[in-house]
Order: sequence, then C-alpha cells, then structure tokens
Amino acid sequence: MLDDLDRIGPVLVMAGVAALIIIWDFIPRPLPAARGKPLLFVALLGPAAAAAWTVSLLLRDAHIGCGPLDPLALSNAPLCPGGGGTLVEGVFSFANSVVLDDLTIFFFFLFAGIGAAIILASNDYAKRFGDYEAEFYALILFATSAMLLLSASRDLILIFVALEMTGITQYILAALQKDRRSTEAGIKYLLLGATASAVILYGMAFLFGLTGTTRLVAPGDELSIASVINERGGDLGAGLIMSLVFLIGGLSFKMSVVPFQMWAPDVYEGAPAPVAAFLSVASKAAAFAVVLRIFFEGLSGETVRGDWADIFAIVAAVSMTVGNVFALVQSNIKRLLGYSSIAQAGNFMVGLAAVSAAEGGLSLGASGVLFFIAAYAFTNLGAFIVVIAISARIGSDQIADYAGLARRAPLLAAALAFALISLTGIPPTAGFIAKLYIFNAAVESNLIWLVVVAVLNSVVSAFYYLKVAGIMFMGESANQESIATSAALKLVLGVAVIGILFVGIVPSPLLDAARDAASVFSQ
Amino acid sequence: MLDTIPENAVWAIFFLPLASLLVILFLPRSQATAAGVVAALCIGAAFVLSLWALDSSLQADGHPLSFSSHEWLNVGDVLEVNVALNVDGLTAVMLVVVTSVSFLVQIYSMGYMKGDGGYWRYFAYMSLFTASMLGLILFNSILMVYVFWEMVGLSSYLLIGFWFHRPAAAAAAKKAFLVTRFGDLGFLMAILLIYVHAGTFDIAAIQDLAIAGAIGQTVLTWFALGVFAGAAGKSAQVPLHVWLPDAMEGPTPVSALIHAATMVAAGVYLVARMFPVFQVSPDAMSFAGAIGGLTALSAAMIGVVMVDIKRVLAYSTISQLGYMMLALGIGAYVAAIFHLFTHAFFKALLFLGSGSINHATNTFDMRLMGGLRKTMPITFITFVIGSLSLAGFFPLAGFWSKDEILSDAWAHERYLFYIALITAGLTAFYMFRAIFLTFFGEYRGGAEPETGAVVATLSNQAPVSTEPGGFEPDPVQAHAAAGAPHTAPEAHHGPHESPWLMVLPLILLSFPAILAGFANYNHDIEHLLVGALPEGAEVAEPTFRMGVAIAATIVPAVGVILAWAIYHAKVISAESLARLFRPVHSLLENKYYLDVLYERVVAGFLFHKALGGALATFERYIVDGAVNGAATSVRQTASVLRYLQSGQFQTYGALAFSSLVFTTVLVLVLSPL
Repeated sequence: MLDDLDRIGPVLVMAGVAALIIIWDFIPRPLPAARGKPLLFVALLGPAAAAAWTVSLLLRDAHIGCGPLDPLALSNAPLCPGGGGTLVEGVFSFANSVVLDDLTIFFFFLFAGIGAAIILASNDYAKRFGDYEAEFYALILFATSAMLLLSASRDLILIFVALEMTGITQYILAALQKDRRSTEAGIKYLLLGATASAVILYGMAFLFGLTGTTRLVAPGDELSIASVINERGGDLGAGLIMSLVFLIGGLSFKMSVVPFQMWAPDVYEGAPAPVAAFLSVASKAAAFAVVLRIFFEGLSGETVRGDWADIFAIVAAVSMTVGNVFALVQSNIKRLLGYSSIAQAGNFMVGLAAVSAAEGGLSLGASGVLFFIAAYAFTNLGAFIVVIAISARIGSDQIADYAGLARRAPLLAAALAFALISLTGIPPTAGFIAKLYIFNAAVESNLIWLVVVAVLNSVVSAFYYLKVAGIMFMGESANQESIATSAALKLVLGVAVIGILFVGIVPSPLLDAARDAASVFSQ
Repeated sequence: MLDTIPENAVWAIFFLPLASLLVILFLPRSQATAAGVVAALCIGAAFVLSLWALDSSLQADGHPLSFSSHEWLNVGDVLEVNVALNVDGLTAVMLVVVTSVSFLVQIYSMGYMKGDGGYWRYFAYMSLFTASMLGLILFNSILMVYVFWEMVGLSSYLLIGFWFHRPAAAAAAKKAFLVTRFGDLGFLMAILLIYVHAGTFDIAAIQDLAIAGAIGQTVLTWFALGVFAGAAGKSAQVPLHVWLPDAMEGPTPVSALIHAATMVAAGVYLVARMFPVFQVSPDAMSFAGAIGGLTALSAAMIGVVMVDIKRVLAYSTISQLGYMMLALGIGAYVAAIFHLFTHAFFKALLFLGSGSINHATNTFDMRLMGGLRKTMPITFITFVIGSLSLAGFFPLAGFWSKDEILSDAWAHERYLFYIALITAGLTAFYMFRAIFLTFFGEYRGGAEPETGAVVATLSNQAPVSTEPGGFEPDPVQAHAAAGAPHTAPEAHHGPHESPWLMVLPLILLSFPAILAGFANYNHDIEHLLVGALPEGAEVAEPTFRMGVAIAATIVPAVGVILAWAIYHAKVISAESLARLFRPVHSLLENKYYLDVLYERVVAGFLFHKALGGALATFERYIVDGAVNGAATSVRQTASVLRYLQSGQFQTYGALAFSSLVFTTVLVLVLSPL
C-alpha cells in the first residue's frame, strides 16, 4: 500500500499543497494586501514538490518492475534481482488501475512545468480575484493534480473520475472572476462539459458491456480490454464502433476539436486570462494523455485501430480547417487563440491518425503527439503569458489595442512574435520541428491527403498569426506609455522563448524524451 | 597556392555574421553606432574566407570538398537528418557573390542609414539575413535549405518593413511574406514527397538516385514542380512576382542586397542545385523555361513605363531572374549561374546608385530628377557602367553571361531565343530611359526630405487614372502630387554627391560590373559549376556564336538609340506614343492589373468580403458566438442561466450531437463489419 502511494506521490503532494493553501487562507491576517507574495511561493511548492518526487521515483527506479519470466527468453531483458522474472518498465499499482511508466513520468514533468508557469505568470493578474486569490492557486493545483492522476490511469473508471475532477475544478476557475463574462464562460463550459462527460460515459459503458472489464491493460493473463479486443476484436461488431465514436466524440470536448470544439473560443474569451492559458495547454495535454492511453493501449488491436484512425484523420482535417478559417476573422486575441488551439489540436491529431507508422515497434504517431504537446506547451504558454500581462495592464483583449506594442513593451512583443512564428511552424522554432516530425509520421502511414490538408492549413494560419505580429510591430498607438511586467512573468516568459528556440535548434533531448514515453505503446 | 580550406574555416563563414548579430544585440545602446562597423568587419572576414573556399574549390575542379557529417535530428531509421557542410563549385561561386555584395552593402549602409533611429536594429537584421543566406547555400541537406529558406524570408520581411511606421512598408512586408509562402508550400510538399521516395534529405544522394533512375518519373516531375514553385516565389517568377516591386519600400541597400543580388537569386540557385533532378523530367524543364521566358518579357515591358527609378530596377530584376530561369529550362545550367554571378554585381551597383540619387534628391520619382550628371559625377559614371553591363554591351560583364544564354537558347529552344532577344532590347531601352530622365536635361527640383525617415518615395506611382502626360514627366503636377510644397529648386541647396562611405562601394562594385565576365575567360566558372554536378548529369556546352553575339549587340543598341531619341533628343514625342498605344500603355502602367486581381478580387472580395462576411454572419447569427455581456446587461436581475434562452447552448449541443450521429452512421456504413 505504501509503495502504491509512493508511486502516485506527485499527485498527492500537489493536492496536499492545494489543501494547505485553502486552510492557510482561513487564518485571519491583519493585512490582506500582503498575501500575494507568500501565496505565490506556497503555491509554487506544489509543482516543485511534485517534480522533486518524480525525480526521486526515477532515481529509485520505481518505474521498473518485475515482469513475468519470458519462457523462451526471446528478449534479452535482464532478470529481476530476486529471480523469477525479467525487468520491465512500468509498474502497476492499486489493483492494476494505476501505472507508473515512462509516459506517466513524461506527463508528471510536463504538468508540473505547466502548473509552475501558470502560477508564476498569474502573479499580477491574480490580484483581480480579490478575496479568491488563494482559491485560484488552490484550484489550479487541484486541477493539475487530477491531470497527473489522469496520465497514470489505466482503468476506465479511474479515468472518468480524474477527468471529472479536472473538469469541475476548471469550470469553477473559468467563472472565478465573478463578472458577467467570466460567469457566462463558466456556465457554458459546465453545461457543455457535462454533456460531453455523458457521451464519454456512454462510450465507456458500451466498452464495458462488450468486454466485461474496465481495465485497459493488465499484466499476465488477467482480463483486460486490450486482451479481449486482441482475441475477438472482429466479432464485437457495431457495438465497438458505437463505443469508439462516442469516446472520440466525448473526448473531443476535452481536446477541443470538432464536433465539441465550440466552447473553446467562448470560454477562452470570457474566462480570466491565466485560466484560458491553463485550459489551452494543460487541459488539452491531459485530454491527449487519456486518448493515448485508451486508444493506443486499450484499443490498439489490429482489428479496430484502422477504424478509429480513420475517424481521427477526418476529425483532424475538419478541426484544423474549421479552427484556422474562423481564426481569420477574429478581432479578440483570446478568441483568436481559442480558434488557433482548435487548429493546433487538429495538428496533434494527425499523429493519432498515423497509427500504422511504426519504427521497430515504436509508434511514430504517438511519439509525434507527445513531442508536439510539449513543443506546443512552450509556444502557447509564451503567447498566453503575453496576453495575461497585457490583459492585466491595459484591460483589453482586442487585437487592435496591441498596436504599437513593440514600442510600449518590446520584450512582450518579441516574445509573442516568437510564439506566433512557432505556432505557424516556421524554423528555427519548436513548432517547425513538431510539424515536420508529425507530418513525416503521417506520410509514413500513407496519409498523404491529410498532410496536404495540414500544410495548406499552416499557410492559412500564417495570415492571422502574422496579422497580430504586424499590428504589434507596425501599428500606431495613441498611448505611448510603456507596459511594466513583473519579474516572475519575465522569468517564465524567458523560459518559454528559450524553450521555443532550443527545441527548434537542438530538438534531440525533447524528442528522445517523447520517444521514451511513447515506447510504452510498443510493449 | 593556399592549402585546402579546413572545415572550421567554412563553419566560420556561417558563424561570423551570426556573431555579428549577437554582438549587436548586446551592444550598449550608447554605442549603437558601432553596429555598422561590427557587421562590416564580420562579413568582411567571411568574404576573405569565402575567397579561400573559392580557391580550394578551384583546386578541386569544383568537386565537393569532403567534410564530416553531424547528426542533427536522428529518430532511428525513420527520420534522420545529418548536417554536413557542402562546398563545391556552385557553393563557392555563391559564397563569393553573397559575402562580397553583403560586405560592400554594409559599408554603404553606414553612410545611407546614418542618423536613422533604428541604426543598430538595421545591422542586426542585415547580419541575420547574411547568416541565413549563407546557411542556405552551405548545407548539404534539402531540409536545411528549407530551414534557411524560411529564415531569409523572415529577415526579408523584417527588412522590407524596416520603416514600419509607413503603412506602405508594413503592407509590402506582409505581402512579400505571404506571397512567397504560397511557393514555399510547394517546396515543403516536394521535400516530404522526395523523402518518402528517396529516404534521405541529402541533396547529393537525391541527385544520384534520380540519375540512376531509382525514383519514378512521375514522382520526380512532381518533386521538380514543387521545388520550382518554391523557387518561383522566392525568385519572383510570374505569377508570384507581385511582391518584389512592393518590396522596394525597404531601405535601398536592402533592395540591393536582398532583392537584387542574393535572396531573390536563391530560387535560381535552388533549381540549379536540383538541376540533375530537373534533367530527368523534361516536362518540369520546359515548364521552368516557359515561365522564365514569360517572366523575362512581361516584367521588362512594365519596366518601360515605370516612373519610379527603384521600380524600374525591380522589374528589371524580375526580368533578369526570368532570364536565368529560362536558361535553366533549356539546360543552360552554367550560363544561368554565370548570369546570376554577373547580375549580382551590376544590379547591386545600380540599386546602390539609385540610393545615392535618392540621398541627393529625396525622391525616387524620375519626373523630379534630371541633370544630375553634373552634380553627382561618380554616381553618374558608375550608374552608366551598371546599365551598360545590364544591357549587355561588349565587353562588360553582362555581355558575356547574356550571350551564353542567348547562344544556348538559339541551339535548344528557338522561341525562347526570340523572347530573350526582345527582352534584351527592352532592357537597354528602359535603362537608358532612366539614365536620360535622371542624369540629363534640367534638374526638376527633387522633393522635400520626409520627416522621420531618410527616404521619401512616391508609394503610389503609376497612377491608375490615365492622366494626360503619358510617358512625359510633368514636374509641376508630379511635384504637387508628391505633396511637397512647391518651392523653386534654388530655395534649398541643390543635389550633391553622396558621402564617401556610399561612393566607395559604388566604385568598388564597378570593377566586377565591368570585369566579372572575364571570370569565365578560361572557362574557370564553367569548370567549377560542372564539377559540382554529380557524375552522369549532362549540361549544355556553352559555345560562342558570332551571329548571336552580333544580334545581342545590335538589338540593345537599337534600344539605347530609341531611348535617346525619345527622352533626350525628343525627336519622337513620348506623349503621342503613349496616346497611340493607350490600351497597352495603361495595361503596363497597371502591371497587367495583377495586383488589382490579387488584392481586390481574390483577397479583398473573395477572401475578405465573401468568406469573411459569411463567417462573421455564421458566428453572429447561427451560433451567436462572442460572449456577449451586453445582451445580458438588459436583464441584470435575471439569473445568468437565462442566457440559455438565447439559443447558444442548444445550437452547440445540436451541432455536436448531429455530427456524432452523422459520424456513427458514416462509420457503420463504411466499415467492413
């Protein structure tokens, strides 16, 4: 039991710090205005402790367990120290419903990083929440801890619970500013989210009915969805198809792709800027983590994967087109980034469709998705952090108000320009490598048409990304007052920009990490 | 004889301009004036190293020097990008062109940009451009070519929009970037396509596979067409040429370096680099030739009617790039690159000359110039040298390279020969029209210096309406149109020769403009370029044909005489000519209405009005998208839940569920179950 808890330690410390903040907030203090600084540091403890715990898990090789003995000794994996089996990566806990493997660790680091970045960048903005400043930090941490749990789940029920936990915290976050727009965004998000959850649950119910289990994969001969699909995938018929369609449909809400994409621009526009940033990066990454677990682990049988890959291909093409075309006509930067995030999710999805591209058992598509998510995290966080800073200072999200930003805030303008270049996919940025890698995977699985659509789309996207850059650098502004930014924000912005460039010029370290994480799917 | 250049020295060629960029970025703002010196020193050093590379390449007969390969991106056996330097004859020639012109342009810029508020920023961008351009020609992998291809596009965007407070400059920068991206789309698709079929990004390997017939004919044709699309965007070939004239909104030294000598030639370089692949595909070859011919002729015709001296040079550049593309299309690989080589020098010279004129008169409008021969003797002489070279008069540089193209065209594709010959005549005509309007006659006043910017230009010359006046300059009207107060020329001090920092590069560039043609006297360039090709590739042997040479001298001479008769001696009235050919004249003045078609019809109407309008309507009325605080404010007491009545939620739900049902049915019908 203690070992099990140890393996989800990062989840627990993150949630623990969140609870601590809530309790600490009850303690009366003479000067409410003096809360900002200490709160920030306490909140940062969450991601820091989670990351430290993950490092310690890695150092202790907690993710390497003892698998069954390979009777034919086909693999040359080393034997367990005590004998009786071979060493394998990935350790189950909590009755096979949670797993600690390379994928989990990849996402542990990713989510801890995103959480820390959002907390640092919100330093100025959070004052707007007034009395609810502590709740803001606590909710961000609760949501992040749920995402950590999500990436470790290998069981449909646990996945659903973790999904709801991220969802509910985010509904509250969207409405936290308590003005009309924010409330409206929260309600809209909640209603559509609840509908989508129902659809996901419907899909899961079908799957459970067909297979008799909720475990995606299980060690040994135990019953699991994967083993059932492998044995008699072809006989499951229409029920399986229904379940695939409903799962993809419901999860498309979390990924913000067609057909459940419409909330994204509305909620991004209405929600507080740091929350919109969190939704666009962390929530999306969590959704793709779940999709990878369900489809690449549970439903990866030869007989079904062609079916869902086709659906993903179509959804990818439609999503990127819808996102880009609507982004063209936006005048609000948060709405524009909302549509852009729909289009980018379409790009990730190219990797899901490229399921047949494999290299020595390693799924190119899955590693492409992981690499793209990480590259996108740097890029979109960079863009949103600038939006947070400007929103906090000038109180407007209209693109027209970004005119002349290059002179009012040169650092912010330059950082946003880098992020936009990366989103467009122009070298030497992370976005270019990500697109190159994922398009290559699609070409390898003969999805030439999808690549054509995707490349055409990236040309279309240049129009609106460049429009923003052009207005910042070449527009005239009546107000010449310079925009000050906090040191914390500068720090995280610097990290994002350096990340964009570093991954663009030296992609190997991150690429290797993504490929290690994706190696989970080759077993 | 020097030793063969070591690998580190070649790396230094690439990293020196990057170092310049970094130094300038971290220069204290109080020392901003040092930026020009830093850039010039770094690029000058790169130039010296490039000469070494050229020497080594000559010793190696143009064959690639062997350098070690570095792994950049390695993803097992699926995606492997190794980066190695590639120095062969073609690279060496390009290196010398890029670094020498860039070096002289940096020196010139120190004078031209003096006192500009963005002085250090200018040199930072210029260093970035030079580094990217060198990267484009130095690496062996087609993927790296693409990376730097985009980066030169980016630096060109920054430099065209350098004076971004001018709306015309901002718009031109954006136009250049977006139009070329349409070509880049083809290039990227071509790279992915060839990677699937060849399994490598290595250019030499792709060439070998193509020659050996290991890749299918159809694939190669598509690949070649995709590469050509990219090249057509960068090298401003019809119909993607529209960005280049507008790009003249950038500072003039930028036009000289990027939009005349180097970046726009990158397309020609790319096709030349991929020449063995093009050879395998006759369709792609003849397509490239035809587009090149069309570009050469149509752009030269527009050049005849422009009144802005920089636009004349811009259309001339498009026309000459078409010439090079035409040459590649008929297999005259050596002649094309030889022309690229000579063109870089004399066209950079002409652009810098126009900048010097602008420095004195504050305008690029030739209707406001005249008589500058006396006040600016050095600019005048060097400009005439550049023009004679461009027009192709014996024994200047342009003669030799143009003659080779004409000679090959005569041997291989007769119709392109006639197009090229007519273009040569037009070229001589418009260049000497420019000389007579600018340097002869009486000074027509120039323009007042524009506040805030060094350069004043009539952004919308070539008025859409066909005012009386036609070819003939009408100083009073034009002066009024320029918005300058109507003062007598005597009121402000007259034009004068430019400072030595600007004049010196003009003089230095005159030497290659005269002598560069002799570089191939012993077939040195030919050996270099042919040596760069892999075994098995065939090139058209350049041969000297006396008949062609005579025709190539007589036709431009006729052009010069006509220009003299119309614009200097005024034996023929420009006005009546314009009236006589009114439809043609206005067609040309409006650049075949292509800008109107692209901007108003395609971008304006189809894209913005029709599509944008439809989308906005869809958002507003169908889904009632934007979070609408105003709508709820009417009923402030109402519960927020009431917004449900507005129908948004129902619409979202209905759309989502209907697409779910649709997908389910579709998958059930289509799936083999």
